[in-house]
Amino acid sequence: MALRNLMTKKPFAGILTFRQQLRCVQTFSLPDLSYDYGALEPAISGEIMQLHHQKHHQTYITNYNNALQQLHDAINKGDSPTVAKLQGAIKFNGGGHINHSVFWKNLAPTREGGGEPPKGSLGSAIDTNFGSLEAVIQKMNAEGAALQGSGWVWLGLDKELKRLVIETTANQDPLVIKGPNLVPLLGIDVWEHAYYLQYKNVKPDYLKNIWKVINWKYAAEVYEKECP
Amino acid sequence: MAAANSLSLTSAFLPRHGFHGPSHNQNVQLSTQKKQFARKAVSGWASPAWNFPYQMFSVSVLEDALEPHMSSRTFEFHWGKHHRAYVDNLNKQIDGTELDGKTLEDIILITYNKGSPLPAFNNAAQAWNHQFFWESMKPNGGGEPSGKLLELINRDFGSYDTFVKEFKAAAATQFGSGWAWLAYKPEDKKLALVKTPNAENPLVLGYTALLTIDVWEHAYYLDFQNRRPDYISIFMEKLVSWEAVSSRLKTATA
Repeated sequence: MALRNLMTKKPFAGILTFRQQLRCVQTFSLPDLSYDYGALEPAISGEIMQLHHQKHHQTYITNYNNALQQLHDAINKGDSPTVAKLQGAIKFNGGGHINHSVFWKNLAPTREGGGEPPKGSLGSAIDTNFGSLEAVIQKMNAEGAALQGSGWVWLGLDKELKRLVIETTANQDPLVIKGPNLVPLLGIDVWEHAYYLQYKNVKPDYLKNIWKVINWKYAAEVYEKECP
Repeated sequence: MAAANSLSLTSAFLPRHGFHGPSHNQNVQLSTQKKQFARKAVSGWASPAWNFPYQMFSVSVLEDALEPHMSSRTFEFHWGKHHRAYVDNLNKQIDGTELDGKTLEDIILITYNKGSPLPAFNNAAQAWNHQFFWESMKPNGGGEPSGKLLELINRDFGSYDTFVKEFKAAAATQFGSGWAWLAYKPEDKKLALVKTPNAENPLVLGYTALLTIDVWEHAYYLDFQNRRPDYISIFMEKLVSWEAVSSRLKTATA
């Protein structure tokens, strides 16, 4: 990222540091939330939001960056066993970064539209594909509750077929693992860390309440971009 | 939560008359593919009835027995809600079916279905895993193994320190929910470290389980939040019952 910016924007002004020359691997950093940690209460506690963002998401990013650097080095050395060995860590931590980056945008305080049903073309698509918004919520909650272990439940768009889908992914698998044409509109994190401090073992209560802070505006934007 | 049918304090986690090991002894028949599991009453626990309907291993657990290393609050939920739900739901699932009346170990193997698990697998395996986990710990646990167990650890891992390092790494790098295990492989008579996702356990691999740590987030989140490595360290330093592990090894190698 640094290399590309320097080369395209300011010729000669960006002399690569020694480290940048060695590195030349894009590093990722924690995106900011557009709301305070406590702004989603009472649906999701500030304590959870802070841990989830500053610890869990940050750890995925740190480990993702490390794995990418190790991959870069292994590729340069032609070390195929290491390249193969790193795939798990890249998929897990990279997926964690992808998924959580979407997740923060999927949430909004109620005073900023969190919980307001989707209007426009996404609203119509929901009715067409599932019958009603309630049906979507019910299905996503059922799938989220039934998911064993850690994972995510998604409302996605198949951008080829222009169809909405509800899918789950295990662990930190991003939605694209389930289909290369799938774009996430909305993801709900059902890892225990997403709700345990507040809801304990009662995952269904978390799923019931999170809809009060779901940011349909973002989902609609993504949908409209893919289905203009 | 009151332990409604708890035994006396002396039975909670403490071996009585020497430790006979958990109820799920595993006598592996190598000559056939079928594994036979003998059930034994567990000394130290009220006898869990491993026949349907499965009962919670009677709570010979006092919830604060492992304080401060594993809080009573964690126990209240982990044992009282999560483990209990697996047992209750398993009983509902197998009621009136052909699984009715089988041992828990048999149900696990049957429903594992060679890697395409049937619906009851999750509850059956998790019921087993959790009991095994409770029995892998004791108050004032930790320390180091000795005797035959230490011999095998030194032989198969190089040293106890190496084993600890590798066990901790396995537990820390089980992505998502799951378990880390020390197991005994009857085929080559060696120890092995295994990490399993979600409900899976080494029984389905034909191994004998010796020790486990639960690394589902619910096992540590109330006490340690995201700090899984800290939880794993405390488990090794303060909770692990080497007596239990040794006893299981003794049974496996008998």
